Parts: sequence; C-alpha cells; structure tokens
Amino acid sequence: MERIDISLSVNGTTYERSVEPRRLLSDFLRDDLRLTGTHVGCEHGVCGACTVLLDGDSVRSCLTFAVQCDGASIRTVEGLGEIGALDPLQESFRKHHALQCGFCTPGMLMTAVDLLAKYPLSTDDEIREGLSGNLCRCTGYVNIVSAVREAAAARGNDKA
Amino acid sequence: MKPPAFEYVVAETVEEATARLAEYGDDARPIAGGQSLVPMMNFRLVSPAVLIDIRKIAPPDTIEEADGHVRIGALTRHRALETSPLIADRFPVVTAAMKHVAHLAIRNRGTIGGSLCHADPAAELPAIAVLLDARISVARQGGERTIEARDFFEGALWTAVGDDEIVTRIDLPLLPPGAGWGFHEFARRHGDFGLAGAAATVTKSAGRATEVRIALLGVGETPVRAHAAEALLTGSDFGPDAVAAAAVAVRDGIDPTDDLHASADYRRHLAGVLAERALADAWGRAGNGAS
Repeated sequence: MERIDISLSVNGTTYERSVEPRRLLSDFLRDDLRLTGTHVGCEHGVCGACTVLLDGDSVRSCLTFAVQCDGASIRTVEGLGEIGALDPLQESFRKHHALQCGFCTPGMLMTAVDLLAKYPLSTDDEIREGLSGNLCRCTGYVNIVSAVREAAAARGNDKA
Repeated sequence: MKPPAFEYVVAETVEEATARLAEYGDDARPIAGGQSLVPMMNFRLVSPAVLIDIRKIAPPDTIEEADGHVRIGALTRHRALETSPLIADRFPVVTAAMKHVAHLAIRNRGTIGGSLCHADPAAELPAIAVLLDARISVARQGGERTIEARDFFEGALWTAVGDDEIVTRIDLPLLPPGAGWGFHEFARRHGDFGLAGAAATVTKSAGRATEVRIALLGVGETPVRAHAAEALLTGSDFGPDAVAAAAVAVRDGIDPTDDLHASADYRRHLAGVLAERALADAWGRAGNGAS
C-alpha cells in the first residue's frame, strides 16, 4: 500500500515521516517516533490510555490515523514534564499516589490537562464525569480524583 | 486490533469528495472525525478500500441562524455544539443531550454529520434530529437533496444517504416561542451508550399543551417519535392521568430488543419512566401563553 508523506509537530519538534494510511496515531507515536509514553490499551476508544492532545484538544490516538494529523501539533505525556521538572499536575499525581502500575497514567494526565483547560471542575462529580472515559484497573479512582481536584484548585489560585 | 489497509485520499471541497465517491462507489467511505468509523475498522467490522478524508472541507464548525432555523455544518464537532451559545439559547435540549455523548476526547473529534450517518439507534444526535424535525442536506455529484429526519434513519447503522452522497449540513427549524424541553437518558456508566433515553419538547398556552414532541433512543432499530403519546397529551393540561396514559402509550409503541445489557421488558419500562421525566421537565420549563 502506498505510503504518504506527513509532517507534524510533536511536543514542539517537527517530524517528517512516510506512513501507511492505516497507521494509527498511537502506533505512529510509539513505533515510528519511539515516544512510548503514550500507552495502547483497548484500541477501540474505550480505555483512554492512548489519549494525547491534537491541536490542544484531547483525542484518542487509537481512533486517529497519523495521515489525518498532517500539519497538526501533538502533545504527549513526554511533553508535559520531565524527571526533576514535573508539571504541577504530575506533582499532584505523585503527591496523592494517583497511580499504581502506571498504565493508565499518561491518558489520565493528558485528559486532565484538557479538562483543566475547558471545565471549572468545581465539584468531584464534574471531575469524575470528566475522567469517566479513562479506565484504571488498580488504584481505584479516589486518588486520581484527589490529584485532579488539587490541580484544579491550584489553577484557580494562579488565575486569582 | 489494527485496521485493514486502505487507500487514502483527501478531498478539500464537497465537489471533490462527491466526485471521488462517484468514482469509487461503495468501496469508499468518507472519514471526518472517525470516532465511529475507526473503531469499526479496528475491529475489522468494516474494510473500506478507500477512505476519503473530508476534514479539510471548510468551514469546519459552523452553527448559524437564518430564516427560522439554525443551520449546522456537517463537520461541526460535538464539542462545538455542546459549547455553542446560539444552540444553548435556541435549543437547550441539544446542549443537554451533548453532555451524554461519550467523553470529551470523543466529542472533541466526532462530527455531527458522522454521528447522523453512523446512525446508532442509541446515539443522542439522531434522536435529537428526529425530535426537532431536522432537515438533513446531502450532496452527490452534480446535485443536492434534503432528507427529513423521519425518513433519514432506515435501520440500525443504516440511513437514506446513498453510497455516492455525503451529508453537508443539518437544519433545525426553530421551536415555537416559550417551548419547554426535557432530556433524560439512562446508561450503565457515564458516557456509555444509553440503555434508553427520551427527549421532549412542549409548547403550552392558557394551561394546555399546544404542541408535544417525544423522541426515544435505544429502544429500536432507529430513533423514534412517540406519536401516540404526543397525540394523547396535545390539548391536555398535563395532569397525572394524562401523563400516565402517555407513558403507557410510549411503552406500547416501541419494540425494543434483548441484549447483553438489558432485556426488552426492562428497556420498555425504562423508556416510559424516562419519557415521563422528560415530559415533566418540558412542561415545567414551557412558558405559558406564548404567542
């Protein structure tokens, strides 16, 4: 099958690659760019582990073809922070022990980034509803909700 | 799983997209947000030979009012509909329904045209289209036609859109002034497809209902209007007996099926309960004596 040339920005770096049309964005990030922070769980848009930001909006990278991202700007968990310089949201996840095995964490974090940008998140119900598209199978959700709650409150303080 | 291989072309105009569809016939599928199509491809339930990417057909998110209706471009994303001040003002029932559509990441990407064409009988937007008597415009090479929502949905995942056609826009005729609305859906988890759902609008004058609409999702092959219940309530004072009789008519008028998630009897019961709640909300929100 004919490959297609695409150019896109991931975490501020521009990549030019030639991809098969059927290449999912999730596989493109992991296998072609070796950015393995984005995890692949269900591959049909249910688990949320593969969530990344596409032009600022959270999307399922397993439900997006890489060819559809030609010219786009992607942000993955690698673009959020790094060891020694974590994003406040990541710090909050660490503080609240909002992860155990870590498989769902990249998707939780990138979903939370978009939720924090778009919603007031003034109640736990709103946080839970926002995170309802991301599945965690080990910690339960209480600590994750706590971490996002603190990040939402800190964001409010920043704005004030 | 991984999707099967396909050929990929980008169409930047409606004309280009319809020319490509005419060329490839039913081997091709248009793709916009891909939030229904890509899961089906990943499961290998569908294997189009060609995907025609229509995402660049401008403008993407268009929601505007003109001549007694609100016109929504087919490439408008669910998120744009959810957050549109115009929609919140003219069709708050749509704003309420959008909050039940999957999750933020899906709403960020999925389009209105895509949801209508996917035609899942449990999806919110098709039921809303049927509730609001939407008119759906489709284009094919050298022509365009408009399909009434009641004629659009022909079966589960099956619409009146031909293999050589794409949806270009949806027009929602404005409701009468003072119309009240209600939307209730029951899902096992937030964001899942509803086991059943009901949407209603009510217009009243001098304490009596002058127009009543009820649409149901998840209870059959397509979204349906509960015409018998609408007729029972039109002209009534929405007293308990009238509403109870309407709920019976809702239950009697549908033919849901059993599946893994719920029995047909449970769905029928649920549809009646949700319709009663949606009707109560709509009656409560309706302005009296609207002119």
